[in-house]
Amino acid sequence: MTDVNSRVAEAIGRLPDYLGNHVLVSLTALGLGLAISLPLALLSTRRPTLRALILALASIVQTVPGLALLALFYPLLLGLAALSERMFGIGFSALGFLPAVLALTLYTMLPVLRNTVTGLQSIDPAVAEAAVGVGMTRRQALFMVELPLALPVIMAGIRTAAAWVIGTATLSTPIGQTSLGNYIFTGLQTQNWVFVLFGCVAAALLALVVDQLLALVESGVQHRAHLRLSLGALGLVLVLGGALVPSLSRPQATYVVGAKTFAEQYVLSALIEQRLAAAGLSTVRRDGLGSSVIFNALAASDIDVYVDYSGTIWTNQMHRTDVKSRGQVLAEVANWLEQQHQIKLLGAVGFENAYALAMSRKRAQALGIHSLADLAGQAPNLAIAGDYEIFSRPEWASMVRAYDLKFRVQRQMQPEFMYEAVANGEVDVISAYTSDGLIAKYDLLVLDDPKQALPPYDAILLVSPRRALDRALAEALRPLVGAIDVVSMREANRRAAGGTDESSPDEVARWLWGRISGRKQAAQ
Amino acid sequence: MQVPPAISFEDVSKTYGEGRAVNQVSMIVPQGEFLAIIGPSGSGKTTLLRFINRLTEPTSGTVRVDGQDVRAVDAIALRRRIGYVFQGIGLFPHMTVGENIAITPKLIGTNRLQISTRVNELLGLVRLEPAKYLNRFPHELSGGERQRVGVARAIAANPQIVLMDEPFGALDPLTRDRLGQDYRALHDEFHLTTVMITHDTLEAVLLADRIAVVRDGRVIDQGTPRALMGGNRTDYVGELMQTPRRQAERLNKLIGRGTLP
Repeated sequence: MTDVNSRVAEAIGRLPDYLGNHVLVSLTALGLGLAISLPLALLSTRRPTLRALILALASIVQTVPGLALLALFYPLLLGLAALSERMFGIGFSALGFLPAVLALTLYTMLPVLRNTVTGLQSIDPAVAEAAVGVGMTRRQALFMVELPLALPVIMAGIRTAAAWVIGTATLSTPIGQTSLGNYIFTGLQTQNWVFVLFGCVAAALLALVVDQLLALVESGVQHRAHLRLSLGALGLVLVLGGALVPSLSRPQATYVVGAKTFAEQYVLSALIEQRLAAAGLSTVRRDGLGSSVIFNALAASDIDVYVDYSGTIWTNQMHRTDVKSRGQVLAEVANWLEQQHQIKLLGAVGFENAYALAMSRKRAQALGIHSLADLAGQAPNLAIAGDYEIFSRPEWASMVRAYDLKFRVQRQMQPEFMYEAVANGEVDVISAYTSDGLIAKYDLLVLDDPKQALPPYDAILLVSPRRALDRALAEALRPLVGAIDVVSMREANRRAAGGTDESSPDEVARWLWGRISGRKQAAQ
Repeated sequence: MQVPPAISFEDVSKTYGEGRAVNQVSMIVPQGEFLAIIGPSGSGKTTLLRFINRLTEPTSGTVRVDGQDVRAVDAIALRRRIGYVFQGIGLFPHMTVGENIAITPKLIGTNRLQISTRVNELLGLVRLEPAKYLNRFPHELSGGERQRVGVARAIAANPQIVLMDEPFGALDPLTRDRLGQDYRALHDEFHLTTVMITHDTLEAVLLADRIAVVRDGRVIDQGTPRALMGGNRTDYVGELMQTPRRQAERLNKLIGRGTLP
């Protein structure tokens, strides 16, 4: 129970930041959405073609999955920011708040547009006629008769939009906007179900509160109960105001530390943050960034530092298909980053998170296998399991070619089951990530690659162009260069996935620092 | 100088594609007259009425109000000085009785105090107790009460002309009879000019000074009730105008009083 309690306490500790940002981004989007949709709907009530066009566009936007819509806005804004920088000398951050607000704004538009149009169209023609007959102008008829009568339908649309936007805002975490989604993304990666649940419940409660406040405003307007109207409006203002307080009182963060969406990254960003804090530098963390977003964010100096992998840059950014030695790849990657993006490669952390093949230690010893070269001779008698993508990746082709590998059976499996399958002898060999905590957990042997058929995936510390020459940052991070061996990282990853009291990324990072700094001192 | 007629139609027509809703109508409504327009459904009665306050524009011809071509007058201003009692309900469901009645005075910028006095006075005129009805909503009223509010709203801004489109059509006979008489009293008291559309020949005969019979977009006859009912006409107008008399005769037979003198 202490385990759950401490996790809840940690979750509550982060609530002001996450909730505040969540409210800010979703209510801003809702407000902006209303400011655009309502006039648009009014404009289109008497223009059937425009109406059809607008509703069709809004419907199309709605069919785009939330995550994709949010992700699309990042490169779009990145391009716009570069353009604005070039033309007007004014740059802006394409990460976080702006793309989240814009994408969510689009999301609010359909229900508001559709309900406003429907509400205005469903007014009794006799009543609309009477408005004209008593001598109202078009505008008077709209504001004195049509809008008040359509109000319940319009408000229903606004409430739907509010619920959607508050729910979807949890997906803005991967594009760098802090939200209640941070609980969910972090929780899913570190198997912290308390966090996942906490995030979901908090978002649901927020949606409920905002919905009820809007209902209060609606009923106040409908029944001309000024008290209800004022209470509802006051409630909304308080919610928004409450959200602003933590973000205003927060000190201006100087260094932004990024992390991708898996446990190892959370541990490393926590470690970086702790090192910067120890050096007296203030930081803010942007965890759970999509892997395509994070590199662009660094290049644009939206984040300042994160850990990537040499092979990822080599393949995904440099589009290289050849395989070179660890040192050569590092050197070429560093050079390319410097030349193309003015990104500084501060150094390799020490371990690799690469594709590899692994066997149970006992079985490997029994068969006398230490490396892929040893494996080649016996492969025709062995069964291999891989995750869903390995057999179609260039790494696999390169390995098969180099060692002439042919297995008796080749199966695809869910990664979680693969490790257990090889540990209990269901299969003989599996594909693995070299720093995976499960390698330590199941006591597996990672096979050597003497012919260097697999590209190296050295963990590397990358620093943004803005901070490339920052001495304080470089000094604070220096102790991490070459400091983390693969065994330590595996153990850290195992702990981070462990679901114990000490398995929060911060705790694991402290443990990891203790381990590597202790060893350093012992070595001196 | 001669007083111009309150309303005049000069050779007005309205065509919709091939069809003609109104076909070359010329007619005059003198100041202070109560004119009833009768005729079958779809004969063009309502279109004719809507020309007067420009809810519909004629395809050709001229409509004058107080001698002035309505096309030369701002439509909004025109509607504000002509009362209109709508077919069916026509009250604004989200406004109270008081607000419904106050709407036109409010649109022309009458001050609040005057409006409030006027609304109370009007409720009295249409025999609705102000204290009881002022703050009720239309859905809380009976059909008769609603149409009384409709009449009050139409005359709220002191119009000289009131247009009524089958105002009492949906009411029960008793309410209908009372409301008709009450309105006629208001018409006389305020020297209004009224044009009322009705399906009911008897209602037209009992309330109007003059009746116009419309069929297929044309005014096929017009005159005082007495003139139209007299003679032994066998055409459509004769048939139509004799209906109340025949009904009365049948009624008398039924209750055994012999024929009318």
